[in-house]
Amino acid sequence: MIALYFVLMAIVAVAAFTVGAARGRRLQAAGLRLHSLPAYHGLFLAALCTVPMMVAIAAWAPLAPRYVESSAIAALPEAARPTTGLERDARLREIVLSAEGRLTGPAAANVEAAGRAYLSAQTTSKTVLIIAGILAALAAFSWGLPRVSADFRARNRFETFTLVVLIACSAVAVLTTLGIVSSVLFETLRFFQRYPWWDFLFGLQWSPQTAIRADQVGASGSFGAVPLFVGTSLIMVIAMLVAGPIGLFSAIYMSEYATPRFRSLAKPLLEVLAGIPTVVFGFFAALTVAPFIRRAGEALGLSVASESALAAGLVMGVMIIPFVSSLSDDVINAVPQSLRDGSYAMGSTKAETIKRVILPAALPGIVSAFMLAISRAVGETMIVVMAAGLAGNLTFNPLEAVTTVTVQIKTLLTGDQEFDSAKTLSAFALGFVLFFFTLTLNVIALRIVRKYREQYD
Amino acid sequence: MVTDHPETFHNQGPTTVNRMADLTMPLTPAAGLFTANEAKVTARDVTVHYGEKQALFGVSIDIPERSVTAFIGPSGCGKSTFLRCINRMNDTIPICRVAGEIRIDGADIYDRRLDPVLLRARVGMVFQKPNPFPKSIYENVAYGPRIHGTTTSRQELDEVVETSLRKAGLWDEVKDRLDQPGTGLSGGQQQRLCIARAIAVGPEVILMDEPCSALDPIATARIEELIFELARNFTIVIVTHSMQQAARVSQQTAFFHLGHLVEYGATEQIFTAPSDTRTQDYITGRFG
Ligand SMILES: Nc1ncnc2c1ncn2[C@@H]1O[C@H](COP(=O)(O)OP(=O)(O)OP(=O)(O)O)[C@@H](O)[C@H]1O
Ligand SMILES: [Mg+2]
Repeated sequence: MIALYFVLMAIVAVAAFTVGAARGRRLQAAGLRLHSLPAYHGLFLAALCTVPMMVAIAAWAPLAPRYVESSAIAALPEAARPTTGLERDARLREIVLSAEGRLTGPAAANVEAAGRAYLSAQTTSKTVLIIAGILAALAAFSWGLPRVSADFRARNRFETFTLVVLIACSAVAVLTTLGIVSSVLFETLRFFQRYPWWDFLFGLQWSPQTAIRADQVGASGSFGAVPLFVGTSLIMVIAMLVAGPIGLFSAIYMSEYATPRFRSLAKPLLEVLAGIPTVVFGFFAALTVAPFIRRAGEALGLSVASESALAAGLVMGVMIIPFVSSLSDDVINAVPQSLRDGSYAMGSTKAETIKRVILPAALPGIVSAFMLAISRAVGETMIVVMAAGLAGNLTFNPLEAVTTVTVQIKTLLTGDQEFDSAKTLSAFALGFVLFFFTLTLNVIALRIVRKYREQYD
Repeated sequence: MVTDHPETFHNQGPTTVNRMADLTMPLTPAAGLFTANEAKVTARDVTVHYGEKQALFGVSIDIPERSVTAFIGPSGCGKSTFLRCINRMNDTIPICRVAGEIRIDGADIYDRRLDPVLLRARVGMVFQKPNPFPKSIYENVAYGPRIHGTTTSRQELDEVVETSLRKAGLWDEVKDRLDQPGTGLSGGQQQRLCIARAIAVGPEVILMDEPCSALDPIATARIEELIFELARNFTIVIVTHSMQQAARVSQQTAFFHLGHLVEYGATEQIFTAPSDTRTQDYITGRFG
């Protein structure tokens, strides 16, 4: 039924467009000079008719369930009506199951009746929607059609409509972000009611195991997040040490030195790296790189944990190479050829030109490429889970096992959890910190980009 | 067809009144300026291919030193192509092949042992669109001396920057804001900055490819004056679409057509008594 509504909406749009455009063309054929092309009149009418239909369904969506539920409850005899909200929910579940014929066991007569009432209310509400939608569209159409005239500025009207649609879409994006942030923020505040925020931000001990019974050992978990921040940063730095130079230099090679043929071959290949699922990188790190590092370390007389920050960082670095190289390649290519010519014409070599002219000109873009890669590294979970371990060691030694913020969030929230223990809530606090960190990074990147924009063009 | 005998006009002197020059300020060169000048750049039978397409057919020309030589001709006739042969900028285009011989001061610039990078330090170039680097005004001019290591101290570099900007007639306008981006200047100022940048390397020849085509008449007049000034010390080759400009600033004019050098001689002669009908048609605007 709802699908039918959308089909109807499409039909209305096409019909309105056809009629509007045809009318515009007729006016044109009659020798009038239209302000807007016939197609714009069609588009205007189509937009005019579909908007009320969208408004209708948007208004219907929250109202309909209320109406359907209350008519189902009203069908119950006075005595069987629920009194509490909890009871109401349970009753409704029963009614819905019976209406759909999925109720196991015999249904009480009054529940069955309520189920029928539920179904009929549902049909009524959908019929009302469709009729209201058609009426609204017709009203809009009969209002709009006479307006199609030589002077009517359908083109400008449609422009306004487009603008509104665009604003609505960006509003959805912004509101979703705000919603996510505020829900995380809210849970984080709940966590800080149970656990002091300075102990969380500056505590050096991470052991989130809270006891099930009050008399168990380690009854109170310790949520000092510094080891996680250090672990995250350590792996991030290692990853960037790998991806930064390799990504940037390969971008320079591809955009400045490689033949177009080689470039058209190598670039997609490099981008394949970005398409490999992180879990594959994870077992590559755990099964190939980590043992290799361990053996190599032992050969040198170093003690290396079987899970190490180095292994995770190296593999993560490989993973984010395409982020750095592909974006940098694009921005280097965007540097105007005239700057290169200017530099060559003064007798500088290719390398001098790249170092002194091209890279400075492309710097803002390169910085954002790096920032994107860092955000990616910080947010990455799978590789670290598999290759760096879970131990909340506070260490700067890349040969030891460390853990990161994302890994702990994943560990805290998987499995059966009660949703208001300090342990689960701490995951939100970690998530919030992570979000704050990436946000800061993005702001810094934007600043850098803007600074150079102002200076350079 | 090719009149590559510079001696035929070397001794003429600017006696005839220039038909075009009286439209604007007549920048008639001093009599001694090019009469005694020797050939700085000599080209013999230069042929250029872009892939399969031939862009230049056997161009031979002698360009005298310390004077202005203008290249004119309809669009696509190969003026830029020939200009770019003189500092081997064509080397940066993979599909471009150059044959023939070009000598500067008698030395073959397409000699295998010659480093094109060093050649370009001797033969500067100014482009059609001003292309200052996204750096400060100071750094733009200091770019050449820095990469060639021609200055040893900061003080010396400061001096080079100042002299170059003075020669380019830009010093008074920018001396208080040398640390500001060169891209923030007006189009005409940017073009003079590019000229200053080219001068700072200390070239012997300066090639200019339609240096005024993106500028308004006032900025153009500034640049033309400057070109005239620069011809005291440098050998200048300029490509232009403006007949008046060629008449105003140059002592020699070469007319290109469909990849051929049709006619070459003293500017006065080309503009008053061209020997080829194609030249005549072009300068009188019958085709272009
Ligand atoms: N990079 C290139 N690749 C291929 N063909 C080229 C290239 N540059 C120039 N050509 C061709 O060579 C011929 C001469 O071009 P050139 O740029 O020298 O003309 P021009 O006289 O400078 O013209 P304009 O006055 O429009 O600047 C043209 O036919 C052009 O299409
Ligand atoms: Mg050209």
